[in-house]
Amino acid sequence: MLSIRNLQAAVEGKQILRGIDLEVKAGEVHAIMGPNGSGKSTLAQVLAGRENYEILGGEVSYQGKDLLALAPELRAREGIFLAFQYPVEIPGVSNVYLLKAAVNARRKHNGLPELDAMDFLALVKQKMKMVEMNPEFLYRSVNEGFSGGEKKRNEILQMALLEPKLAILDETDSGLDIDAMKIVADGVNALRSPERAMIVITHYQRLLDYIVPDCVHVLSQGRIVKSGGRELALELEARGYGWIEAEAGTTQSGAVK
Amino acid sequence: MTNPAVERYLADYRAVEGRLPGALLPWLKQAREEALARFAAEGFPTTHHEEWKYTSVAAIEKQAFRPALAGTAAPADALPWQLGGASHRLVFVNGRYAPALSQLLPLPAGAVVTSLGKVLERSPQLAEPWLAAGGGSFADLNTAFLSDGAFIQLGDGVAIEAPIHLLYLSTGTGLAMHPRNVIVAGANTQATVVEQYVGLNGGAGFTNAVTRIAAGRDARIEHCKLQQESAQAFHVAAIQSVQSAGSGFTSHSLSLGAALARNDIATRFDGAHCETTFNGLYVAGGRQHVDHHTRIDHASPSGTSREFYRGILDGNAKGVFSGRIVVHKDAQRTDASQANHNLLLSREAEVDTRPQLEIYADDVKCSHGATVGQLDENMLFYLRSRGVEDDLARNLLTYAFAKEVIERIRLDSLRLRVEEMLISRMPSREQLKELI
Repeated sequence: MLSIRNLQAAVEGKQILRGIDLEVKAGEVHAIMGPNGSGKSTLAQVLAGRENYEILGGEVSYQGKDLLALAPELRAREGIFLAFQYPVEIPGVSNVYLLKAAVNARRKHNGLPELDAMDFLALVKQKMKMVEMNPEFLYRSVNEGFSGGEKKRNEILQMALLEPKLAILDETDSGLDIDAMKIVADGVNALRSPERAMIVITHYQRLLDYIVPDCVHVLSQGRIVKSGGRELALELEARGYGWIEAEAGTTQSGAVK
Repeated sequence: MTNPAVERYLADYRAVEGRLPGALLPWLKQAREEALARFAAEGFPTTHHEEWKYTSVAAIEKQAFRPALAGTAAPADALPWQLGGASHRLVFVNGRYAPALSQLLPLPAGAVVTSLGKVLERSPQLAEPWLAAGGGSFADLNTAFLSDGAFIQLGDGVAIEAPIHLLYLSTGTGLAMHPRNVIVAGANTQATVVEQYVGLNGGAGFTNAVTRIAAGRDARIEHCKLQQESAQAFHVAAIQSVQSAGSGFTSHSLSLGAALARNDIATRFDGAHCETTFNGLYVAGGRQHVDHHTRIDHASPSGTSREFYRGILDGNAKGVFSGRIVVHKDAQRTDASQANHNLLLSREAEVDTRPQLEIYADDVKCSHGATVGQLDENMLFYLRSRGVEDDLARNLLTYAFAKEVIERIRLDSLRLRVEEMLISRMPSREQLKELI
């Protein structure tokens, strides 16, 4: 489904990604772990199409298409979904406007009729139940004044509505207490399917107790320096990131040997 | 030193004075001539004048407008501009009252809602205190040439439920119109007045309006100004209110049209415990220039004022906001706040924003804030990452920016009208309409 080759990207002239290689197949859940500043969020943003990242080299193929050539909205309509680490507050734009615009843009793109207000509301309320969100959040401005947990649930709600083919969850667990994390994880697990792939970016292995990955990759200094099964996450939990960085010859100081 | 523009207005006055309403009233003739003399002495303001620093009226000064006289062709009906729901409607075509297009609902005893022209014919003494010269060059020009307008008087305790809609339609190119509106509200009165200016046929006219408002003790007066003149038109207007103790005055100013629009909006607290809210939205594109100068005089203690102005500027448009709040020496326990936020949608658009607080009392609470910015990149990306097209995302965020001001308009029919007008200017209007 997703094939990343030697991806290199910079922001404000500073190179962050230094050659990422990653293959993700339908049905798989990949976890990407790594210390702060290793490039995890950059990778997520680059895949979603954030324009202030400069692509220095490499290629990304998504379902046979050149992903990097697509505008962010086209990537979304083609089935890519990024759950933001810091969901953006948009004063004055009701959550329901955003959800409806997103769902109908996707449907239109897929040649499906747009949902009318009644059908849309029925659908959205059903999904809100799943992530235990009060329907009143529909009529509040997007993420404005939401708690950390409410923002993350709103991301999962959007994901549930959009039914992406490739979901990228960027530190969805950050700032969540254990109960909120379980709700989020349940939402994610409910969406696991043989047709869908997920990339779960996290700093801690805790989330991976709830969302069990097929593969774990460690990112350091803009490269994947180690890949393995679930057990790699547990090892990282026990030993930290230092041993892998030493093994891979990367350090936190930014120098690559 | 002779100024050709001034000479032209003096000649115009000589040519039409006999045909202006109230021409036979000595006091009015005196007021007109005093105003004309002041105008002749002052001339049009230039950008050297502090209050006109960012707005040049050279284009108005250059053009030889003809004074609009009675008898210009009227549109067949005023239906397209009617407010939804019940309203009293006074329609003016090129500044003159058009009874055939107007409609007044039954009024409570003690209420007068009519045209200034009629008042000058039948009971001119009612209008006399409100037609004095003074107030600057444009106001003086208005007094000299004042042709018609609305006259609203509410006796003590009178409340008018339905809004009073003053609809000014201008049809011609090259006409100068000088409407004068007078709203005199007694103690414990209540009324909502909507003053709307619409340009038809794309004419490049010059509207120079003055509205004077007196809010009596504990009165509640709401004034909504909607300016949608033609793209080539010039619009200069002053709204001057004076408030008695305990009164509340709300001013909404929504400025969308005209090549050049200047609004001076002012109120003065002449008694304790007055409240005022100034709410405004200006939207300009192309080469439009839109200027709001507001002034709130806290001349008495325990007054509260709230000011919220927002501007959206695109193309090569230029916006000006100057908000002056004067807290006089004895105006203790004043509570005043002012906010002006501007959204620039293009590199070429520009805005000058200038909060001016003058505080001469010591027990006061005053705050102000002004911002100039662009659409937020993080918000745009968030929307696009959900599949929303770039254009629609921009329009949605622009609409959201304006919404805060629009939502303060209590009159449903007007609020919807303004929202519709804003959306109709946007490239993704069809999709936006479906969404909201």
